[in-house]
Order: sequence, then C-alpha cells, then structure tokens
Amino acid sequence: MMEPGLYHLLFISAALFFIGIYGFFIRRNLITILMSVELILNSVNINFIAFNKYLWPGKMDGLFFTIFIIAIAAAEAAVAIAIIINLYRSHQSIDVEKAGEMKY
Amino acid sequence: MTGSTIIFYLLAAFTLVNALMAVATRQIFRAAIFLLFSLIGIAGLYFWMQYEFIAAVQIIVYVGGITVLIIFSIFLTQQAGDLLPKQDMKRQLFSMLAAFCGFALTVLQVYQHSFTGNTGMAVEPTVANIGNQMLGIQQGGYALPFEVVSILLLAALIGCIVIAMRSKPQTT
Repeated sequence: MMEPGLYHLLFISAALFFIGIYGFFIRRNLITILMSVELILNSVNINFIAFNKYLWPGKMDGLFFTIFIIAIAAAEAAVAIAIIINLYRSHQSIDVEKAGEMKY
Repeated sequence: MTGSTIIFYLLAAFTLVNALMAVATRQIFRAAIFLLFSLIGIAGLYFWMQYEFIAAVQIIVYVGGITVLIIFSIFLTQQAGDLLPKQDMKRQLFSMLAAFCGFALTVLQVYQHSFTGNTGMAVEPTVANIGNQMLGIQQGGYALPFEVVSILLLAALIGCIVIAMRSKPQTT
C-alpha cells in the first residue's frame, strides 16, 4: 500500500464512473437510472477536486466547477423526478420500455 | 503507513462497495440507501482532502436533498416489496464487459500519463477565500456563472411547477 495521491483518487473516480455506467445499462427503471447519473456526476466532482488539490493548489477553479456541478445536478434531479412522477400518473409505470409515446 | 493512509483506503472501499451494491441490488429502496452511504463516503473523501466546504455542500445537497427526493419518489411510484425485473444474462454480461473495458482503458491511460502541475503558493480553500472569488468581478471571479446558475435554478423551479401542474386527468 502506497501513500495515497492523485492516481488513487483518479482510480476511485474512474471506478465510480463505470459503476454508474453499468447501472445505467442494466436497469430499465427511471429512478435507478437517475441514481446512476448521480454516481457519474459525483465521480466527475472527485476528479475536479483531486486535480485542484494536487496539480493547481494555487487556484480554486476546480472547486468552483464542483460547486456549479452540484447546483446543476440538484436542479436536474428535481426536474427529472417531476417528470418521473408525472409519467407515473399517466402510465402507472416508470419503465423506460413503456415510455415510448413520450417522444410524440 | 500512517493513520491518514488507512483512513483513505477505508473511505475508498466504503464508497466503492456501497456504489456497487447500489447498482447491483434488486430492491430499489435498498439501492437508494446504498447510494446515500456512497455519497457520505464521497463527502468523507472531500474531508480527507481538506476541502471542508465542498464536503459540507455535498452532505447538504446530495445526502440531505437529492437522496431524500429520490426516496420520496420511490414511495410515490413503487409498490412496496417489488423487486426490480431481472435482466437477461446476455444484457448483463455485455454491460459488465462494456463497463469493465472502459474502466481498464481509462485507468491504463491515467497511469501512463504523468501529470505536471504547477506548485505555486497554495490558496487555502477557506470560506472567506471561496466567497471572495465566487462573487468577485475582477479577473478570475465567478460572479457571472453564479448569476447564470441562479437563473437556471429559477428555470428549474418554474419547470417543476409547470410539469406537476398538468391539466386534471379526466374522471375515470
């Protein structure tokens, strides 16, 4: 075991990203897909903070990007859940296979 | 091997195991709880990196906000005790393969690349520094993105109301 550094954090973030991708692929339920998206966004945040800490400690740009990503993720989750609940009210299901007529 | 190293590996293992359980479990409510713990682990990683402000924002927004929203929507849309449908073997196998290949490719690229940063004077990410730069209008200030994000949040708020306020369904 080595002293943890930038590479370890990048490893964690890559692992989280692809766990999210895997969850995105195997589920057909809109809420679980939303959870996978949250995991993916969090992995990106870890990346930004790690680069900010280990490569450019003299600036705080990565930190601000992380704050904005968190704000946008919150807005996105709220809108997505409003759409999901509305879809459930009209279709009694939140399976993506049954939501085909949303595109018309 | 210091205490800091041990804490780092514990946090990393906690985060990754919970994230894996969140996508692997077939009970959607448990998935939400595992996601909650995974997000707490990520907040712990931010604490470990000494970005306390980001860790606090992570806990407030993700753990306190988004997860609660997800749990509420599970209660509203799911019958209790339902298992998520099982995917067929072929689909599971191929998605696992795709995720693993992407992961291997990314990690190989990262480990072969040697990052060169600049090691200038470190700016402490204290709340005072963050506030000064976030609302600053001089070079490197983030006042404009801040305003844009506030307009985005307003748009999301109005959008949620409009979506939720659809015309009343016909009486059945």
